[in-house]
Amino acid sequence: MIRQFGWGEFVFLLEGARWTVVLSLLAFTVGGALGLAVALARTGRLKPLRVLTATYIQIFQGTPLLIQLFFVYFGLPLLGLKVDIWVALTIGLSLHTSAFLGEIWRGSIQAVPDGQSEAARALGIGYVHRMIDIVLPQAFRIGLPATISFLVNLIKGTALAALLGLTELTRSGQLMANITFQPLQVYGAVALIYFFICVPLTYCSARIERRLNAAR
Amino acid sequence: MNYSFDFTPVLAAWPMLLEGILGTLRMSSLSMVFGLTLGIVFMMMRMSRQPVLRTIAIGYIELIRNTPILVQVFFVFFGMPAIGLRLSGEQAAILAMTLNCGAYAAEIVRGGVQSIRPGQIEAGRALGLHTADIYRFIVFRPAIRAVYPALCSQFILMMLNSSLVSSVSAEELTYFAQTLDSQTFRSFEIYLTLGVIYLVLSQFFSAALSMIGRVYFSYPTK
Repeated sequence: MIRQFGWGEFVFLLEGARWTVVLSLLAFTVGGALGLAVALARTGRLKPLRVLTATYIQIFQGTPLLIQLFFVYFGLPLLGLKVDIWVALTIGLSLHTSAFLGEIWRGSIQAVPDGQSEAARALGIGYVHRMIDIVLPQAFRIGLPATISFLVNLIKGTALAALLGLTELTRSGQLMANITFQPLQVYGAVALIYFFICVPLTYCSARIERRLNAAR
Repeated sequence: MNYSFDFTPVLAAWPMLLEGILGTLRMSSLSMVFGLTLGIVFMMMRMSRQPVLRTIAIGYIELIRNTPILVQVFFVFFGMPAIGLRLSGEQAAILAMTLNCGAYAAEIVRGGVQSIRPGQIEAGRALGLHTADIYRFIVFRPAIRAVYPALCSQFILMMLNSSLVSSVSAEELTYFAQTLDSQTFRSFEIYLTLGVIYLVLSQFFSAALSMIGRVYFSYPTK
């Protein structure tokens, strides 16, 4: 007797969706912290750091996420580290996130009018306070819509974890499709779950963007 | 670290990698062209005065933009046979990427069309141009020109995303790399090489697209 795709199967998918959310948040947090460092180095005064981070961003934006994940997954063991799939995926997705958020936030930092940091410098405010109290709060507002859009992309990107074998939403869908032989319904349901995770974020991003533009 | 790097099996398999590169180029170029066409159709539906058409277009665009392309690929490849549409890996890949690209292109081109001032179209009418000519020369061309950089980055993203259609055995670069991996077990070397190839491909696409842009949009604006 072949299992039918019913409520219990849908709950199985939702349990997979939990790991999609956890993985996305993990990568977004770690990647965000790294990304801030990348953005600051990219806009800073040290030329070697600027060149280095520009190359870093270029590499991550010019190669597929799937290859980046494979690379980390197969590369880390060479360094003598025996890694769990969760660790490998978190590292891979975080590096990916740091490059993209770094580039988004570089743009936001540079979009803050120069007069702001010039005035701060004239007042004798040092780099740390200039950034924390003056530039970054303004850059945060400017960069928020793009950051949320990237979060949506990241959530969609975690689907690739399925190809490395982590049982998140897409992988749960694959397993369920193999059990029920109803791929149309299963992948439809998987797509809908992603949709309902992502749509509120997309809506927020569009709303904030509209509000920022209205102010201008 | 006691691992001796050996790139020879990877380099020796260059005909395979070349075939993969050609597969990637073929699938992503086709998806770009079809996707842009589909995108323009959906953009017109999205901007039409018919609420039904508009709702369909919004639903499609939002559904595609808020679900992972991998799930779309699986849906087309594994799901479509259930309603009698049996596709090969490559066909499914091109269809899924076209559908994906169409939704993004529709939104990008819409941004361009909205930047065309109504006065332009009125001027075209006053000069007695055909509706078709107004659309072609006054609406679409300047609109696409205005959003061309965004469209190009979307296309490049599309090319990079084509790496995951290897999961439905569409024969592109990553597919061959995985085959090679299972033959030689030189995972690290293979994925490093693969990363370099994709980096070169994205530079290549970027240069080629900007050249096409320069030729196609080389009319004076003032």
